[in-house]
Amino acid sequence: MATQADRADLRVSLRRRGIDLLSTLAAGGAVVLVLLPLCAVFGYLIYSGIGSLNWAFLTQTPKPVGEAGGGMANAIAGSVLILLIASILGVPVGIGAGIYLAEYARGRFGDIIRFTADILNGVPSIVIGIVAYGIVVLRQRHFSALAGGVALAIMMVPTITRATEEMLLLVPTTVREAAYGLGVSRWRTTLSITLRTATSGVITGVMLAFARIAGETAPLLFTAFGNTYWNWNVNQPTAALPLQIFVYAISPFDEWHRQAWAGALVLIVLIVISVSAVRIAAGRGMLKGTS
Amino acid sequence: MANRAVGAHPLTSPELAVGPKLTSKPPEKPESRIKDSGSQWADRIFQYAMLACGLTVLFLVCLIVYELTTKGTLARQAFGWKFFFQTDWDPVNEQFGALSFVYGTIVSSLLALLIAVPLAVGVAVFITEMSPQWLRTPLSFTTELLAAIPSVIYGLWAIFVLVPLLRRSVQPWLARYLGWTGLFAGPPYGIGMLAAGVILAIMIIPIISSITREVMTAVPQQQREAVLALGATRWEMIRMGVLRNARAGILGGGILGLGRALGETMAVTMVIGNRAEIAKSLFAPGYTMASVIANEFSEATGDLYLSSLVQVGLALFLVTIVVNVLAQLLVWSVTRGIPARSRA
Repeated sequence: MATQADRADLRVSLRRRGIDLLSTLAAGGAVVLVLLPLCAVFGYLIYSGIGSLNWAFLTQTPKPVGEAGGGMANAIAGSVLILLIASILGVPVGIGAGIYLAEYARGRFGDIIRFTADILNGVPSIVIGIVAYGIVVLRQRHFSALAGGVALAIMMVPTITRATEEMLLLVPTTVREAAYGLGVSRWRTTLSITLRTATSGVITGVMLAFARIAGETAPLLFTAFGNTYWNWNVNQPTAALPLQIFVYAISPFDEWHRQAWAGALVLIVLIVISVSAVRIAAGRGMLKGTS
Repeated sequence: MANRAVGAHPLTSPELAVGPKLTSKPPEKPESRIKDSGSQWADRIFQYAMLACGLTVLFLVCLIVYELTTKGTLARQAFGWKFFFQTDWDPVNEQFGALSFVYGTIVSSLLALLIAVPLAVGVAVFITEMSPQWLRTPLSFTTELLAAIPSVIYGLWAIFVLVPLLRRSVQPWLARYLGWTGLFAGPPYGIGMLAAGVILAIMIIPIISSITREVMTAVPQQQREAVLALGATRWEMIRMGVLRNARAGILGGGILGLGRALGETMAVTMVIGNRAEIAKSLFAPGYTMASVIANEFSEATGDLYLSSLVQVGLALFLVTIVVNVLAQLLVWSVTRGIPARSRA
């Protein structure tokens, strides 16, 4: 009897160990399955992108269908223009709202704004495109870089707001009190002491928002609209890199497909470069501020 | 900068620190009061400026609601609730019904959830409970990297890599072994509902897994130790000590992923086939709410057409808000230490 019970025990414990091993394998398998598409996306991006990337791509405007060559220079410039507009409009408002939430908002009202920021964060980008169309394009009566910038700015605000608030709340109260104790006014304390201390975190938040909108396509479809020529006028339809990638990707032409891959590679590289450039610059500034 | 402001302040100037001189210098007082009121003004202006920024956030949400409701009026008056229960989308005869888009959005998002949740939870479990310490940061960084890739690049990759793969290998296999369900019937185009679901799943895995990770780390260490002390294996510890406690939060992460999937536009538009039909088979092309706006908004001729598209946008907006709020509440119920009412 005893041996039988022992054997049953052993069987149970073996089964439990087996399940334990299986679960480990399953979780490890999930990691592999998730990393696979990541590697595939980056692999294809680099492989197909570098193959079709050349000097003409970076310096010329699109050629008509059927003609070889041409590039996306105007789309790169258009993206820079639109992102510049979006940052000018969105970053100050986002940081300001973050300062308000962290330093001034008390009770219910602060919660309401915090809540609306979260709601705004979850609004599909295409819906924001409709709104930008309504408030800018319909007024101007034509598509424009400004409308695209407004749409992207609206998307930037909530991310920056919440990141700024979070970072400012991390600054110890004693730092603020020290400044007040020295007789520094409140606004001065907020800008030169609190915000200064939290700079690197706030910049990370801003860059996250920037990276998120830099690849946005949906809200630009009917705001910036796209353009096959150079345009630096904020009131005119403007090409943007993600838009151009989209149009080329769904076209039936091989040459355009190649250019779409090149465009995608340039887009990723531009995002990485701008994010790291700002971080490096901010890092230098931070060092100066503390020394 | 701060030092100058401090030095200028009367309270810290050395003259005032010496007792007797305080009374002997009355003329300084009015000047300092002016200065004080000046900084008070600056303070007030600054506070109002920041308040204005905060109110802008509130204003933006109101603006979205206002724009969507007023611009959609025409369609609401013409079709009413019927709009969401009719399938015919016929711009030429000005007949608009959004049912096939609603269907496409729901099916593609649910399909994405079905694929993404097990994988994302698996990844989170591996990273928080199983992986060696040195592997944790690189792994979570790489999964987060998936979230940083723009939607249009996912779409591009899906068109040229995923869709051919589905067409050549996955779909024939599914049709052979699971064709009898009716879900995997019909010609394998590659493009269609299945492709949309898969690409959406890849896109929402990072958000679900990072929320799951967050919730699982919020489960107190004692829970794990208690279960282990009872002689549980690692998996039993994870199942009973961690997953059970984090259940509500994981559900919240899944719903948050659903919110992302519902509103996702570009990648889906590029692979779903864009045909306003309701088909049982997942191989068949479909259309989503976000895609129809993306494809037709700039070409919509006629006020009723445009208004119908805005109406679709309004529905999408409302649904994503409800979904996001629900998800947020669930996640908070775990991470904020409020006892989750999920223990069976």
